[in-house]
Amino acid sequence: MSKEITIPIGPQHPSLKEPGCFTITLDGEKVVKAVVGVGYNHRGLEKACEARTYIQDLYIIERVCGICSHTHSTAFCQAVEELAGVVIPRRAAYIRVIMAELERLHSHLLWLGIAGHEIGFDTLLMYSWRDREKVLDLLAMLGGNRVNYGINTPGGVRRDLEPQMAEDIKTVLDYIEEQNKYYIHLALSEATLAARLGGIGYLSRDDAIKYGSVGPVSRASGIPDDVRVIDQYAAYDDIPFDAITDDHCDVFGRAVVRVLEIMESIKIIRYALDNMPDSELVAKMPRRIPEGEVISRTEAPRGEDIHYIRANGTDKPDRVHVRAPSEANWHAMAHMLEGDYLADVPIIIAAIDPCYSCTDRAIVLQDSDSGKEKIWDWQGLRQYSIDFYKKRGFDASQIKVAEKKIII
Amino acid sequence: MLMALFHILIFPGLLFLGVYGLIMAYLDRKIYARLQNRQGPPWFQPLADFLKLLGKETIVPELANKKAFPFLPVLALAAVTTAYLYIPLWSMSSLYPFEGDLIVILYLLTLPTLCFFLGGWYSGSVYAVLGSVRVITQLFSYEVPLFMALLTPALLANTWSLSGITQYYAAHPLYILINIPAFIVAVIACQGKLERVPFDLPEAETELAGGTFVEYGGRLYAIFKMAIDCELVVVASLIAAVFLPFYTGNPWADFGLYIVKTIVILFIFALFRTIMARIRIEQMVAFCWKYLVPLALIQLIVNLLLKGVLA
Repeated sequence: MSKEITIPIGPQHPSLKEPGCFTITLDGEKVVKAVVGVGYNHRGLEKACEARTYIQDLYIIERVCGICSHTHSTAFCQAVEELAGVVIPRRAAYIRVIMAELERLHSHLLWLGIAGHEIGFDTLLMYSWRDREKVLDLLAMLGGNRVNYGINTPGGVRRDLEPQMAEDIKTVLDYIEEQNKYYIHLALSEATLAARLGGIGYLSRDDAIKYGSVGPVSRASGIPDDVRVIDQYAAYDDIPFDAITDDHCDVFGRAVVRVLEIMESIKIIRYALDNMPDSELVAKMPRRIPEGEVISRTEAPRGEDIHYIRANGTDKPDRVHVRAPSEANWHAMAHMLEGDYLADVPIIIAAIDPCYSCTDRAIVLQDSDSGKEKIWDWQGLRQYSIDFYKKRGFDASQIKVAEKKIII
Repeated sequence: MLMALFHILIFPGLLFLGVYGLIMAYLDRKIYARLQNRQGPPWFQPLADFLKLLGKETIVPELANKKAFPFLPVLALAAVTTAYLYIPLWSMSSLYPFEGDLIVILYLLTLPTLCFFLGGWYSGSVYAVLGSVRVITQLFSYEVPLFMALLTPALLANTWSLSGITQYYAAHPLYILINIPAFIVAVIACQGKLERVPFDLPEAETELAGGTFVEYGGRLYAIFKMAIDCELVVVASLIAAVFLPFYTGNPWADFGLYIVKTIVILFIFALFRTIMARIRIEQMVAFCWKYLVPLALIQLIVNLLLKGVLA
């Protein structure tokens, strides 16, 4: 007897940290079909950016993502600097690298904890988040905030790194390195961990290329896809480091890539602290950015982050587009989920380290029967809700609503 | 009659068991937290949770079976409390011993599991149904090694009465060394019975959002929670009675010893929960049948042979 049942994981589900809906069709405990539904968090960021000046945009761009805020603002600033033809001072480039790598440290430690939680291994969550806290303290010391550091500005950085800070960073790095060695040992040798992570969410090298995966997901499939290496920015051209790859192609490989990357990040920060040149922090930037368009890439903890800016010669951008790394990784998700067990669904989803709200740009509803695209305006949405409640015995049509004016 | 009622309702029955269950739940959480380098909850946390749940509205879902849904938590608690009366706690004999009470205890301990299954099955939610299917799949995996692990000591003691087993091993303390493999099997299988990590698949928060209990709330959930806490005490007492039969003869000292024994077993349970990840259902079934059952079988053969040698 084979009976298929469909269960929704999301939009509200304990394993999802943000709303997303995964409709899973199960045969027993096996996933036969998975439909990925994202788009619950459209925030209109890009439109908001067009209405503001470049400096004001920085605040919005930094809030694209709560975890990788620095990488987004770096990509944005780089794009603006390229349009204006400004080269940032060397010291600023180094500080950007240090912030980016500290951010990678805290993001990967966060991921490690979430991965542990998803497979019911809460001890790993508690341990790695305890260590992550120390990195957050460092970031707060450098930028003034735990997650939105506000350190980038077009033309350079806003705060300097003092010698005492460098000492503090090194102390914490020693501690993290020691702890991380233990996590590497744990990831590679703990039996239940290997049993739960090995072989699930398989994504072969060819498939990773076909679906356009980025970051640790593609690196775990053996593709050395690291923007820090292939399109060097900031001060990465000065600093010796390796792009970590792994050929497990599964969730286990993604975990290995991340824990090894923590070691690389520690190496990078140490080198950057020791070899930081003395210079100005900010280069002079024009207020009006000359006409043109530019694409800027950075390596976020989750993968390649792309920012596109079209400038029209004023102090406001004509168009801003942000392609957050998670967006590139969603495409392979259904492929990775199918054929695995229901028990593995949360960890496979978590293995790409998804950021739901960073990905959601604009939504076009597609009718599930006809496949036609449908765009709902405000009135249409309201009418739908009135009809919805009328069926359930509540008439809302008499309620007066103020005319909604969308201010741009 | 009055004495029997006192035993059932107050001591060592429902009230004592409930209070000790809450204390054990607190200790479990505290040990778990300290092992994870956390602060852990204050001592009244389980009680506060329980009272808070009692004060909440009870909702029976529209799709649920109106009769079975509210009845099952009570049945689970009743079964656990009854089982407690037949376990020798701080003396070598339980309150109402009879030949064959070991079987009754094991039966009564299976009832809560069935209640979890039926509770999930009748609640009409797809998560709960999946959870209850896992409950039953899991039941068929750990129940066999658990029964074998608890019945083989009985074989050597030549009695089906738990009090008889306790008395036999208290008289021959060295024989408990023979039962060490059965002890290991019993402790691991109990993780499945109590639905704790690594065998907490039926409720698996991150997969099934609470599994069998997803539709339970308010008073009914409080009773279910209480049944689970009490089950922890009962299982720990059962293991202590079968595998750790140390008594001094002084009732107060024995009471203290009983507390120590159950807390030691709880510590082992908490350690399991700390160092392991939740495994998949097919891994759990394979583990139970490939490792636990053969180990229990070896114990069975050893005890059969020894019985011939010792007789």
